Formats: sequence, C-alpha cells, structure tokens
Amino acid sequence: MHIQSVLHPAGVEAGIVSHLWWVMFWTCAVVWVAVAGGMLLALRRGRARTAPGSERVLFRNVLVATGISIVALVWLLFESVLTGRAQENLSTQHSLHILVTGYQWWWDVEYENPTPSLRVTTANELHIPVGRPVIVDLFSGDVIHSLWIPNLQGKIDLVPGRLNTLTLEADRPGVYRGQCAEFCGAQHAHMALVVVADPPDIFERWLTANRAPAPPPGNPSQVRGKEVFERGPCAMCHNITGSLASAHTAPDLTHVASRSTIGAGTLPNTRGYLAGWIVDPQHIKPGNYMPPTGLSDEELQAVLDYLETLK
Amino acid sequence: MKRIVILIAAAALVAACERETRRYQELPAAANRETGVRLTVLQPGAPQQHETVQSPYQNNAWGMAQGKRLFASYNCVGCHGVNGGGAIGPALKDDKWIYGSHPDQIYSTISQGRPDGMPSFGGHIPADQIWMLVAYVQSMGGAAPKDAAPSRNDDQMSAVPESRAGFTPPVQTGHR
Repeated sequence: MHIQSVLHPAGVEAGIVSHLWWVMFWTCAVVWVAVAGGMLLALRRGRARTAPGSERVLFRNVLVATGISIVALVWLLFESVLTGRAQENLSTQHSLHILVTGYQWWWDVEYENPTPSLRVTTANELHIPVGRPVIVDLFSGDVIHSLWIPNLQGKIDLVPGRLNTLTLEADRPGVYRGQCAEFCGAQHAHMALVVVADPPDIFERWLTANRAPAPPPGNPSQVRGKEVFERGPCAMCHNITGSLASAHTAPDLTHVASRSTIGAGTLPNTRGYLAGWIVDPQHIKPGNYMPPTGLSDEELQAVLDYLETLK
Repeated sequence: MKRIVILIAAAALVAACERETRRYQELPAAANRETGVRLTVLQPGAPQQHETVQSPYQNNAWGMAQGKRLFASYNCVGCHGVNGGGAIGPALKDDKWIYGSHPDQIYSTISQGRPDGMPSFGGHIPADQIWMLVAYVQSMGGAAPKDAAPSRNDDQMSAVPESRAGFTPPVQTGHR
C-alpha cells in the first residue's frame, strides 16, 4: 500500500491540491527565511546604531514590508482560487457512479447501475478504474463522517440527511488508504477504507466477478458453515447473496474473502484474525455494533471454511 | 461549606454514571431468566408472587439507545411501526400488553415468539441485545425516566428540522 500522504498525489485532483501545497510551502519558506534573517541582523546590529533622525527610514521600511505582505497574500489567494477553478473545471464525462454510505464504523460501497441485478455492493473497499473520473455520492447512516483519501482527493463530510459528492480520478494504479476524517465516536480511528486503483480492464473484471452471487459450498464443512451462518446470529445483520442471509445492517459479505482487511481496515483478512473477530469483535474494536457470536469451536471452524470460499 | 459542595457534586457525578454505563462484553447476570415466566394472571389457589426481573438496561441511556437502533436493524419496525405505534403487529407505546408488561415477560415474548406472527428471536440475537430491546420497548410507553429515554426522531418533531428544510427565500420584514 502506498504511503497515505497528500504529498504523494496519485490522482488528477490530488495533483492540483499538492501543487497548491507546494506553492504555499515555498512562499512561506521564503517569508520565514526573510523574517528570521532580518531579525538576526537586527539582533547583531543592536540598538546602539539607531540614530535619532531615522523616523523617515523606519516609515519607508514598514511601508515596504506591508507592501510585500499584501503582495504575498494576494498571490496565495490567487493560487488558491486557481486551484478551486481547476478542480471545478475537470471533465466528468463517462464517469463511474459509486454510492458510499458511512456507518459507525465502516463504509458501505455500492456501484450503481440502472439494472438492479448489475449493482455491486461491497464494504470498506473502493475499486476504481485508472484514468476515468469517479463520482462518489456520499451519505451517512448515523452521524457525521468524512471521507479522506489523501493520495487522491481532499476530504468531504458525509452528513445525515444530505447528499455530498466527491469527484476523483486516479492517474496511476495502486492501493491507497483512506479514512474517516471527522470524529464519529469510539472507533473513529478504526474506520479506514482501502482504495484500489486498477487499469480499466482489471477493474471491469473485478466488477463482473463481484456481480456474481456467492458460489455454493463445496465440501461438507463449508456446507455446515453456510448452515451455521444462516441459522445463527450472523444472518441477522449480514448479507451473502446466494444464501438465505439477506440483512443489510452490517457489511455485505458476498465476496468477503476477496477483501484485504476486516473491521474497516482494522486487521488483515486472514483466517486467524477473522476467527478472533468472529469470536469476540468487542475485544478487537470495543464499542462496534457486532456482538460476540458465541459460536462453538466446531461451528466457528465451519463458518471460517465457508467464508474462505467467498472470493 | 466548600468541601460539602464538592462532595455533593462528586456524589452527583457518581450517581450519573450508571445512566451512561456501556457494557461491551459481559452478559448481564439476569440474562436467560425467561423460564418460569407466566403468560396469564390466572392461577389455581392463591396467586404466587411474581418475581420481577429488571432489564439490566432499565434506566441506562446507552442501552435504550442501542435498543432503538436494534429495533430498526432487526426490522421490528416492519410490524410494530417505526416508533412502536403499531401496524400489522400490535402497538407497543400504549398500555395494552397481550403477553404481559413485566420486563421478563417482554423478554420471553421476543425470545420465544408469539402465535400469529411474532417470530422467535432466541438464538438469533444475543441475550443482552434482547434486554436492550426490552428497555427500549418499555421506554416507548413512557416507563423510562425522561433523562435516559431516547429522544424523538427528527421526523416526529412538529417542525421540519433546519438541516432538512428546503431553501426558503429571505422575507422582507420590519422597516425599510
């Protein structure tokens, strides 16, 4: 995964923002060096040389300093307005529409399509094609969240009852990290998002694969796992298309094995971590809305066997 | 005098703690007390004393708020109405209780299910979540203290909240 930083832009919008960042950095650096240098000079010269008749020189100096400050500030304002305009004027033709809803403390991601069966729902992972503008519609299911993927775009809030929109375009493939940037409760720090920017053909393949329902379980243990999942507490909140579990209050697990993290970027998605999470999610992420499941050892192993098939 | 004021303030703080207690892990001791719950007041001979079991979230603001969330998550709203006003299922905010109004009776109604439509949730949702629902269902009829009970939804307020109101053009008022 790439380092999560505004200074390593991997997208069109992030490039524009980072340009502004560097303009501000160098402008302020020059100002700082000039002010610090002037002060050092003044300290060295001391007060002895200040002649009584220097009122006019003082006036001139203050005037020049004020002028320079105004020019520098107007310059920064000008650059800032240019940045806003450049972002505003980006083309959104042939864009991809994604709906992202923030919940305490995970992201629901839905790829919109006029045909309902072609929609794709996933969670905590955003796949986007490189070189194509993506329009992300942002809702919140509970409190105010904020989506921030520093390598791709600035942040924007997800406000309950309102629709906000973020446009982003990755210009090179890679895996980037995004996170919630507005304090939203106990597990705000564990509300991350993995953004995967792929070349268009790989992205299309991913989308097609995720449209398919979960494959039927193969061996007896997987069959048993599916049964436990459907009959136990799991099916009360989770959805697995292709099974009887069809609730939508928790992340969609239809293709959970293809995701790289669990618990919204809290842990890597391995069998061991997943087992720990299913047994006692409150130990890993205290306060999150998944209760301890109380599965027996045999049931747990079967569920893990089944979940691992959901590629 | 100053010391007394500080002591009283400290005592008030401690007293307020229970209202916000959050139990993330332990199951309340009173869980699974449904055995022995009576569905009727008719008893042969002298009626036995009803043993009252309270929900561990009885006056707990957090527990009731969780109950409110779960009431929507588990689709209780589908039959009992968004605010428990009743639809194809009976209303929960009135004082009519078909299968009893005691916390343990409500618990077993949710856990065991009831004829003609009420599904049984036992084994599908954890016991402490049922107790959260019990506390919330009780609060609907006003049984919970006001400072702990969940507040009304925005859409129940008499006026549309500012955040959801559409644009209204400014109106000229007062003197020109």
